[in-house]
Amino acid sequence: MDLRDSPEEAAFRKEVVNFIETEAPRAEPGQTFEQMAAKGQNWFKQMAARGWIAPAWPKEYGGAGMSQIQQFIFNEEMAKHRAPRPAHLIIGLGMAGPTIIVHGTEEQKKRWLPGMLAGTDIWCQGYSEPEAGSDLASLRTRAVRDGDDYIINGQKIWSTIAHIAKWMICLARTDMEAPKHKGITYFVIDMKSPGLEVRPLTNMADTHEFNEVFFDNVRVPKENIVGEENRGWYVGMTTLDFERSSVGSAVGMRQEVEEMIEFAIGNQDKPVSALKLNPTLRLELADRLIESEVGRMLSYRIASMQNRGLIPNYEASVLKVYSAELHQRIARTKTKVLGMYAQIKPGDPLAPANGSWCHQYLRSMGYTIEAGTSEIQRNIIAQRGLGLSRD
Amino acid sequence: MDLGLTEEQELLKNFARDFLEKECPEAVVREMEEDEKGYSPALWKGMADQGWCGLIIPPEQGGSGMGFLDLVVLTEEFGRALVPGPFLSTQIGGAIPLLGWGTDEQKKAHLGKIAAGEEIWTLAMTEPVARFDAEGVQMEAKVEGDKLVLNGTKLFVRDAHVADFMTVAVRTKKGASAEDGVTLLIVDAKSPGITTTALKTIGSDKQCEVKFENVSVPKANVIGEVDKGWPILNKLVLKAAILESAYLVGLAQMDFEITINYAKERVQFGRPIGSFQAIQHKAADMVTDVDGARFVMYRAAWSLDEDEPDAEQAVHMAKAWCNEATRRVVAHGQQIHGGIGFTKDYKIQLYFRRQKMADLMWGDADFHREMVAQSLGV
Repeated sequence: MDLRDSPEEAAFRKEVVNFIETEAPRAEPGQTFEQMAAKGQNWFKQMAARGWIAPAWPKEYGGAGMSQIQQFIFNEEMAKHRAPRPAHLIIGLGMAGPTIIVHGTEEQKKRWLPGMLAGTDIWCQGYSEPEAGSDLASLRTRAVRDGDDYIINGQKIWSTIAHIAKWMICLARTDMEAPKHKGITYFVIDMKSPGLEVRPLTNMADTHEFNEVFFDNVRVPKENIVGEENRGWYVGMTTLDFERSSVGSAVGMRQEVEEMIEFAIGNQDKPVSALKLNPTLRLELADRLIESEVGRMLSYRIASMQNRGLIPNYEASVLKVYSAELHQRIARTKTKVLGMYAQIKPGDPLAPANGSWCHQYLRSMGYTIEAGTSEIQRNIIAQRGLGLSRD
Repeated sequence: MDLGLTEEQELLKNFARDFLEKECPEAVVREMEEDEKGYSPALWKGMADQGWCGLIIPPEQGGSGMGFLDLVVLTEEFGRALVPGPFLSTQIGGAIPLLGWGTDEQKKAHLGKIAAGEEIWTLAMTEPVARFDAEGVQMEAKVEGDKLVLNGTKLFVRDAHVADFMTVAVRTKKGASAEDGVTLLIVDAKSPGITTTALKTIGSDKQCEVKFENVSVPKANVIGEVDKGWPILNKLVLKAAILESAYLVGLAQMDFEITINYAKERVQFGRPIGSFQAIQHKAADMVTDVDGARFVMYRAAWSLDEDEPDAEQAVHMAKAWCNEATRRVVAHGQQIHGGIGFTKDYKIQLYFRRQKMADLMWGDADFHREMVAQSLGV
């Protein structure tokens, strides 16, 4: 038990901090994906030059080849310094890229990986459908073989940034007879394909991230299949291992809570801070700090396991549920700090913190739904982690 | 950076678990609930023989020479097994204060006996006002030449009725602040003028009322200096809070395990009740609470042991969280067990009752949350 860095960890952390402090601009809360993409260009180029734009990728593929603990330290310092992350590149770098590295052919790697690293190619995901959310394996978008191609018909929903993406990783059904998990194929689809239409979905926080994507006889060459036909579900599962290894979110929460407290104290003589008016607020702030520290320790626990060569199982789901729900509580406490001012939207001159706390209150309602609902996560914890049966 | 146990700690933990499973089964726990002393001398001797009473006492003084974190690991196992008796009291009231702040004479007189299991100690801090801050130390002691004379009442003092010695917190001066004028002294429990009565508590532990009537204590028994005892006492309370948190984690972990096993075995509507989502979701919440409690407690224990600048805040955060998280766990434990869990005969209520005891001891969640808020300047 030792919460201090080992000498190697300390040296690496120093390197990371040095780099961030020298090169990174400070992120502003409430930026859209497009704003992030535009503002961070030079910083992202610097990161790409070191391979740090893809920390988990092996060095031979242009990544940094960071160990789990190094990724953890990297995420911690990025969060601490509020350094912008190329969020618009996350599906490419964090999901499609690792999948192609593991399952793709050499041609596919040569074709797609460089664009991801350079940041010129934005990727999106075509997984969920109107009738296939938590029950993703029941998806119905069809891919029918036609010569050397497949013809795809159907509809995807919740495709983040499909409206600016160049490529989509798409799960489609190629075998109608097989059991549902065994008839799915993993395709890469050119977003400019004829017959492919993207329609925006505005979320309740009034921002455009998600889209519906319609496929009307979209032709996709067989070279765009990653892995084997009908093995797509299992190819897609690989990506989840990579998602699980990035436990950055809980680490930044303590920082966020401290900034909220700083705001509350710093503005306590102004109407935008209810600290003097609301006697329960100070204890609620203490609670959020305590909870963020517990979240930080749950992240450290995972990093500690990985450091010892253990593979987290239910622990990753515990952290996801805990972080998502804590984020919602933090957003709620922020509205208590602001009182009446919490409802003023971004863009209004009277909006405190650029309206970002208001935005976050609405946006955070999606955290317990995306990337696996809290209900599904709890099922996973209980069934896979604790051995409670399905029936 | 590592949150796991050392190899030595794993050995200690596994050995303690096996030992206590054999020597302190449910039957012993229940027997001690009705016992006047509240502990089994045979078990106490067994623990002394294992070197546990002197776990943190240096070998030169008859102990095992291990550290505070090792004591934390052992205490978690004590919580798991609901070990009855004055082990924690002796560590908190005797070993830790003497090791940290005792004079050479005081150490020589007592550490060896504590390690051998021949002396039982306890910390007498709380009074009828029942506070764990400096304001709570109001019982007066007058300095008269080379002795102090104590008059007043202490309440909620664990194991005072079997203690050989007590470390007592008294007020020797009404200073500008409550922190000024507190003195800690070693009191022989057999001193004339001491009357001890055990309370009937739901934790089936032996918390006592201790009345002092003109109790005379030699000045050589002062730990640290007269009037300057608060910093020591505060540190003691922080360590005690961590040990109590470790006990809570062990208790909650076991409650959770018993509950999951029950959910797998209990069949209704033709299937184990653990296959129903409502139960599965409670189970997921239980493991999150137990794991969160364990690691935030480890973090605070480590920080305290390393004298980190944010250690005090970390301890308040840990005790606040552990109190409420373990309460949620044992509440789910009761609910998932249904009717059988509500009976005295079934074991799960043993955990529920002791959770509240350990929750209140050394400060409830509201107290520690308040301390965190103060540390933030709000």
